[in-house]
Amino acid sequence: MAALRIPTPGRRFVISVPYVWLVVFFFLPFLILLYISFVDMGNDINPFKPIWDTQTGLLTLKYENYWSIFRREDGGALFDTIYIEAYVRSIWYALCTAALCLVIGYPFSYFIARAKPSVRPALLMMVMLPFWTSFLLRVYAWKGILADQGIVNQTLMWLGITSEPIFMLYTNVSMLVGMTYVYLPFMILPLYANLVKMDFRLLEAAYDLGASPFKAFWLVTVPLSKSGIVAGFMLVFIPSVGEFVIPSLLGGPENLMIGRVVWDEMFTSNNWPRATALAVVMIAFIVVPLAIYYHYTGESADERK
Amino acid sequence: MIAVLNRHISKVWMGAVFLFLYMPLFFMILFSFNDTRQDARFTGFSLRWYQALTNDSRIVDGFWLSVKIATVTGLLSATLGTFAAFVLVRYRRFPGRTIFSGMVNAPLVMPEVVIGLSLLLLMVGAQNFLGWPPRGMLTIIMGHTLLGMAYAMVVIQSRLMEMDRSIEEAAMDLGARPWQVFVLITLPSIAQAILAAFLLSFTLSFDDVVISEFLSGPGVNTLPQVIFGYARRGINPTIYAAATLLIITVTTVIIAYSVWVARQTRRREREIAAAMRAETAALS
Repeated sequence: MAALRIPTPGRRFVISVPYVWLVVFFFLPFLILLYISFVDMGNDINPFKPIWDTQTGLLTLKYENYWSIFRREDGGALFDTIYIEAYVRSIWYALCTAALCLVIGYPFSYFIARAKPSVRPALLMMVMLPFWTSFLLRVYAWKGILADQGIVNQTLMWLGITSEPIFMLYTNVSMLVGMTYVYLPFMILPLYANLVKMDFRLLEAAYDLGASPFKAFWLVTVPLSKSGIVAGFMLVFIPSVGEFVIPSLLGGPENLMIGRVVWDEMFTSNNWPRATALAVVMIAFIVVPLAIYYHYTGESADERK
Repeated sequence: MIAVLNRHISKVWMGAVFLFLYMPLFFMILFSFNDTRQDARFTGFSLRWYQALTNDSRIVDGFWLSVKIATVTGLLSATLGTFAAFVLVRYRRFPGRTIFSGMVNAPLVMPEVVIGLSLLLLMVGAQNFLGWPPRGMLTIIMGHTLLGMAYAMVVIQSRLMEMDRSIEEAAMDLGARPWQVFVLITLPSIAQAILAAFLLSFTLSFDDVVISEFLSGPGVNTLPQVIFGYARRGINPTIYAAATLLIITVTTVIIAYSVWVARQTRRREREIAAAMRAETAALS
């Protein structure tokens, strides 16, 4: 690594600009978040109490905010709370979304990767184009499409598949359609980037050795694209867990997701300490899969060497 | 036989996925011209929803506010993203580098609700201690820039990593100062990525609901917030009209950008070819 030795003052300036910004707008807010999750709830004017007791001056961390996430106050069974339910539901729907995106996106990415090199950029651009137009508006459109009198039901009735409209909007079906729709490009792009680099001579070799197309696909293509699958899965799963807008527009009242729960605790119950504790636990739920992800990508990077 | 079958499966599958991806767009464009409020049957052509759109002061105000916020966010994000990418790519070791790269990347994986909530707490704290900033446009810009900067950094970082360092080294050897090298060599060669980063963070900001909902104050509503409010209440073709205009704008910008990139690449290739010819001529 030769070259570009910016003198120390200049160098310090270049580093400090983004550094200070991030400390102020990322690190500090996170510390405040953590702090409030360990204090008592206050009143309307001051939604939380200071960490020190105003009379004795003693510092006490309040773990109750975390306890109340895992156990009901009247003392029920452990993990039997609406919060745990919301976490499990969010993770479950995020997993479903990622799985659906994989099932739809994998063949699609594979076909793009095997298309003529001259048409590939156009096909990719067609995948990206909807992504650049408002995500909110595209989600909103599904409301009209999936409505009782919407085009999906009209088509189904016209085809004679059903005689009465199927109730889809405001159920988990409409929510999963919306989430899959929004996050599909996040699955397609890493998969494509991976599959396009694949050496298709390996498949030919498998055919020559007598493998059926399915077997060759399962034993050669899929293992080779493992890192792309993991990357796509993570890119879909992570934002899906905290998704707020899609469940609000397309989900039903019984599909309460954790993002919504945090919002309600903050603005409806005005319980800041609990809202922050819920957020901290949510970060923990995100960091664990991420650690696994980095473990995997680190491994695949070594394999490439 | 299998190859033929394969080709058809691939066409059908790709067609179906593209239909899935584009159906909402076509749906909104079609029904924005409908002359009744219902969205199951197209009853006749009309421009009434476009008229309703221009008369809806909440949407119009929200649009201009969003344009302002997104422009400032885009500029700030591209600038900070350039700094951050430069630091990460070029400065291999300095104290706190690990924390730095962690902090730059973290907003990419944090749920927006958590980002919005923690920034709201920061703003409330700052208001208590400093009496500033008021919740509104400024706080929304700060929130959007935190997210936009992370995306901008990723885009610019990948360009910086593949950049040919030899030109910079040549400039250094010829006596250029570091800032001259940066302004005259580095910046022009990553300009395309910076523009892409600007467009990306502009779009993110223009589209964001969650962070704005957390950070906006009374009476301050960005376009997505207005639309989100309408959308929760039911179907309103005025929004389809807004969507149609947006789709047209975005498509135009993207096509213009691709044409610009293609032309830029072609010009560079021509210049390199010309330089090579000149060199050969000089040598012979």
